[in-house]
Formats: sequence, structure tokens, C-alpha cells
Amino acid sequence: MKTFTFTLGGIHPEENKISEHSPVERLEIPGQLFVPITQHLGAPAKVLVNKGDQVKTGQLIARGEAFISANIHAPGTGKVSKIDVHPDQSGYRKTMVVIDVDETEVWEDGIDTGTSIIRSIPYAKEEIIQKIKEMGIVGLGGATFPTHVKLMIPDGKKVETLIINGVECEPYLTSDHRVMLERAEEMLVGVQILMKGLGVNRAVIGIEKNKPDAIAHLSTMAAGFPGIEVAPLMVKYPQGAEKQLIKSILNREVPSGKLPLDVGCVVSNAGTALAVYEAVQKNKPLIERVVTVTGKNVKHPCNLLVRVGTPIQALIDKAGGLPENSGKVISGGPMMGKALNTLEAPVTKGTSGILVMQQGESLRKEVQNCIRCAKCTQVCPMGLEPYLLAQEAKLEKWDMAEADKVMDCIECGSCLYTCPSGRPLLDYIRVGKSKVGNIIRTRKN
Amino acid sequence: MTNIIVPAVVSLGSIGLGAAVILYFVAQKFKVIEDPRIDEVEENLPGANCGGCGYAGCRAFAETLVKGADQGDISALNCPAGGNETMANVAKILGMVAEAKDPQIAVLRCSGSRANAPQKVRYDGPQTCQFAHALSSGESGCPNGCLGLGDCVVTCLFDAMYMDEETGLPVIIEDKCVACGACVKACPRVIIELRDKGKKSKRIYVSCMNTEKGALSRKNCTVSCIGCGKCVKVCPHDAITMENNIAYIDDVKCKLCRKCVPECPTAAILELNFPPRKEKTEGEPTPAEA
Repeated sequence: MKTFTFTLGGIHPEENKISEHSPVERLEIPGQLFVPITQHLGAPAKVLVNKGDQVKTGQLIARGEAFISANIHAPGTGKVSKIDVHPDQSGYRKTMVVIDVDETEVWEDGIDTGTSIIRSIPYAKEEIIQKIKEMGIVGLGGATFPTHVKLMIPDGKKVETLIINGVECEPYLTSDHRVMLERAEEMLVGVQILMKGLGVNRAVIGIEKNKPDAIAHLSTMAAGFPGIEVAPLMVKYPQGAEKQLIKSILNREVPSGKLPLDVGCVVSNAGTALAVYEAVQKNKPLIERVVTVTGKNVKHPCNLLVRVGTPIQALIDKAGGLPENSGKVISGGPMMGKALNTLEAPVTKGTSGILVMQQGESLRKEVQNCIRCAKCTQVCPMGLEPYLLAQEAKLEKWDMAEADKVMDCIECGSCLYTCPSGRPLLDYIRVGKSKVGNIIRTRKN
Repeated sequence: MTNIIVPAVVSLGSIGLGAAVILYFVAQKFKVIEDPRIDEVEENLPGANCGGCGYAGCRAFAETLVKGADQGDISALNCPAGGNETMANVAKILGMVAEAKDPQIAVLRCSGSRANAPQKVRYDGPQTCQFAHALSSGESGCPNGCLGLGDCVVTCLFDAMYMDEETGLPVIIEDKCVACGACVKACPRVIIELRDKGKKSKRIYVSCMNTEKGALSRKNCTVSCIGCGKCVKVCPHDAITMENNIAYIDDVKCKLCRKCVPECPTAAILELNFPPRKEKTEGEPTPAEA
């Protein structure tokens, strides 16, 4: 079998896919749900409910009014006990709708909760985009970019390929892997819907070779879906990044500052395709997602189907509680995830995994001087010079950082992983990126 | 020997003379006429180049002062490092009168020491406040409190600050602080403020910047302002305002009567350099220590 990968940089971290073989289990809805009103990239949604209101599962509770924003729906049935601040995954308190959950679940009218698979797609392009927008679908890979915005192709741009990201290159995480295995048919219908929404005839599902069962299963299933093919890829981090995946599959390079649209493709996550299926065929809004709960010391590493707004504590309890020598709890994978400072924080649409790291492995190396070995430059998949960008951010030389393309950084963390001096390169670059981003935005306005 | 020396001296001498003549005319032609007062003013400035005046160093400030004098107004210009004395000297050179300004001083508006706001999580990224603020929400959980990594201390040109190891908060040395404002700019959480130094250095201020509701802010810190508004009611001079769950004492309106200090239920209002209060018989709450 001929396989491809991207050419520039990349690393091979330990895979540690511990929860690979645990089927997705449903986590019971907790007593209280904390639903943040910003779970997506872009403007916060506007809250539509008031304190004391009774909401049904799937009811619209906050509307995304800006161009880049997304609707938010009630992930459970119950009473809105308050609309107040609560710590989110960053540790800062943000506005959330708090729902006291009732014992019996009542679904909003029109939502099909049955398990039968509907394959025919009787909707036109505009209807599909409208439905995806209504149901608040965002990219489930982690960046949470509203999916309906992705499907609205500006005039003059042409798209011929839809790429489905089933790479899951982050170590430990297995949520997309399980979705591809267990809900392949629904996911493929979702891919067809996305293809129809975009008006393309070809979709490629990229999967790394470390998931042979998923490749085999999807290849067989895809035979029944014209235009959809599966592309096995070599294992290399960060292949799941949009631009690297396009290079791997289509051998096209997205120029600096441009979008995948400019090279004729749109990339969407495997989990998103399933969410699109549920939104369009079943009228079911994005209120739950698969989250991997894992870690070397976790008693029962598992993949859980979790309602948005569930406190992370509940997920860890389900996986056997917090092990004694835990050092860090990370939301996301070990490479790009962020350490949590409270377990009260809720699961959001973008939470792909909860990783509990032991004390020893979570410690950072002692920071030493840069020895100019250029390892970070070698592994950077975007061809940047991380040591230089980090120094520029440290010295607050924002103009120089901008000239050296700090905005191209995808924050994959390969530089930090490979640095023999243990320098916190990514930390510096992240801050540099946000500062330069602000400067660029103010300049535009 | 003379055969060599004489022509050498003559030729080199004439080249030198010729160059001197050219240089003289060039210097005349491209002469930069500079106001001699600029040098004189600059000599009278502290020479710290701290930027407290808002200009790029003492030379730039001297130029601005001379330009201001030509236009007849230097009232908006002030050298905080030199104070009133320096400004009086400078004004004399320029033939003007400088208004005496109340001296200011930097104050830290946070009392979240290790004891008051215990550490809940550990931040292990780059050890500067700027990065800690951008990458984490702080070790105590307070979104506005001091991060304790000392960006202000590093930036201070006058050695007027140090980190107190015990409390984990920076300390401002009153005698050395010139209120140049460098620390105010360095602090990513904007908890250092320039305030009037006050008579005999007596000052009263709310030592908290937490804008959360009282119950939430108290979860992270025992001495946070909870926005109860008791101080606003008790103030006889209307000097205290309440905005975003946080009280602010206007340093111009405040008459230093100290009525608000015992009123504060969380001891968030600090009084500095006051004589100790007389003990009251009924066991009034003791004022917070400075």
C-alpha cells in the first residue's frame, strides 16, 4: 500500500493510544450543566433564556449573531438556575448558563432520537448550510471554527476536494478513531452531506497507518459511497494539522497567510462529519461529543459520549477517579492541550480529550541556554525558526516577529518537544502570536 | 635625511591645511544651530532617562521644554524623577515659573500575599509576569491579583522595588520611588497605580483590583474588596466611588480622615504612615496593618 506524508519537519512522539480498544460509553448527565456561551472561535453567542426558565434538551439557548459565531443548545432538560460566571478551561471565569437537570429527559420537538440510519439527502445546498448553522456545528478537532462559515465559499473561489481529517495525530487521543470504527456509516453520510453543501464530487478521508482497523473498516464502507476514498497516511506528528494534511493527501502547499480554500479544498474533522449527519438528518444540535479520558495511571481509560457542559470532574470519576500521583490534568492531547487549573471547568464543543499525567512525566525540563543546535528549525512543520521567534517574543520585538511569520505558527509544539535545552519555546511563541495578532487587527481597523 | 623630511612635512602639512580649510567651510555651510539652552536644561535634569516625563530620555525632554518655553507654556511638562526642585531650576533657566506639583508615588493595589491568597495550582511556564498572565490565570485563582514574578522590580531603574520573599508581593521603597511609571506599564494586570504621595507620605487606598462579585473573590483571597459599599457610605468627602464591584478612593478628594478603614469588612483598605490609632474600649476592628 502506497502511503504519503508531509515533507517539512514533524516528529514521532510516543503514541500511547491506551484507550484505543475501549468502545464509546455514554456518560450519564450530571446534576448540573455549565454551558459556556463561547465554545467556538469568534464572537460569543447571545443568551436567549432567563433565570428560572425551563429548557428541553436541544432547545436553542444562545444565538450566534455575528458572522463567525455559533448557536448553543441546551445539553439537558431542566431549569436554568442562573446565568453567571464559572471557571472555564482557561481558569478564568466566563459567563455560562447553568442548568439544574431534571430526572426525566424531554427532547425538543422535531429531534429524531432514533438509531435508524437515514441515507437519502433530500436537501439543497443552502438548506444544508442553514441547518448546520442552526444546529451550532463547529469543527470538533479542537479549533472549533463554525462549520457553516467553512461551507460558504466566497465568489471567485473554487473548491474541488473535501478532506476529512481522521488522522488524530495527537498521542493518547482516540475519540475520532472510535467514531470512525463505531459510527462509520453515519459519518460517511455526513461526509456526503458536506460534499453536497460544498458542491464537490470528491472527498478523501485521511487516516494514519497506526489505525489499521479504521482504515480497513472505512475502506469497505466507502465502497457504497461514490466519490469518497480513504487515504492511508504515514504516522507523523502533526499530520492532523490542516495545512500538513493537505500537503500529505493532495501534495499542495497552502501559502503563508492563505486558507485551504485558496488551493481548492476544505478540511473537516471526522467527528464533525458525524455531527453534521446528526444535525441535518436527525435535526439534532451539537450537544454531545466523544471525549477520550486517558493517562498512564488512570484506572479505566475510556472514550465517553459526554454532554457539553459536564464538569470535567465527572469524566475523571467515570474513569476511576484521579490517580494519587497525578501531576497535571490536560484538556486535549499532550502536545497541544492546555493544563487545567480546576476540574470544575466544563466540557465544551472543542474538548477532544482529558489526559491525566503523572507527577514525573508532567514536569518540565530545567531551562538551559539555547545551544543553537537548530533541532527546532528542523522539526518545525511550517518551516519557521522557533528559537528566533521565541527570543523575539521574549524581547517584545513584535515587528520582527511579524516579519519572521510568527502568525504561521500552528502551535503544534514540535519545537518544545525536541528542544534539548528544555526551553519553553511554544509558550513564548503563543504569547508572541496573540500580541502580533492584536497588532494586526488594530492596524486593519 | 633633510631630502626626505622637508618634502614630507611640506606635503603633509599642505594637505592638512587644505583639509582644514575645506572642513571649515563645510562646517560653516552645514552648521546645526542648536539652542544653547537645551544643553543647559539637560544638565539640570536628573539624567536617568527613565521616560517618566513621557519623552525618550532627558535630552528629548530638554528639547521639548525649550520648545514649550518658546511657545510660552511648560505647565503640561513635568519631570517626576527630579520633582519640583528640578522643575523650578529648569523654569528659571527658561525664564518661566513652574507650577509646584504634588509629588506622586507608586502603590501596589493588591494584598494577595501567600497567606492571604494561597497558591492553588502551579505555573511552570516562562517566569515573567507578562507570560504568566497571557498563559495562565494565576496561581491563586484571582484573575486580577499580583502574579509575583517581579516584572515591575526588573523594570525599575531606581532600585525602588524588591520582591518580599515571605509575601510574594513586590514592595515599593518610598524614599527611592520617583513615580516614573515604568512599573505601571510593566505590570500586565495593571495593579500598580501612581497616587499622590500625600501629606507626610500618609496615604489611604483600596488594595485590591478584583472585579468579581464578593463571594467569588473571597474564595481566592481573604483581603479582597467585596464591593459591599460600606466605605462609600461612610466617606464624608465623597471621595470613594464603586465601579465593577471595586471601590476606588480618589486621592485628590480624600482628606485622610481614615473613617473608611475600620469600616471595611475584609481589611482591603490600607493606610500608610499614620500614627497608631488610640484603642477604643468597645473593641473596634483593628485597622489593617500597613
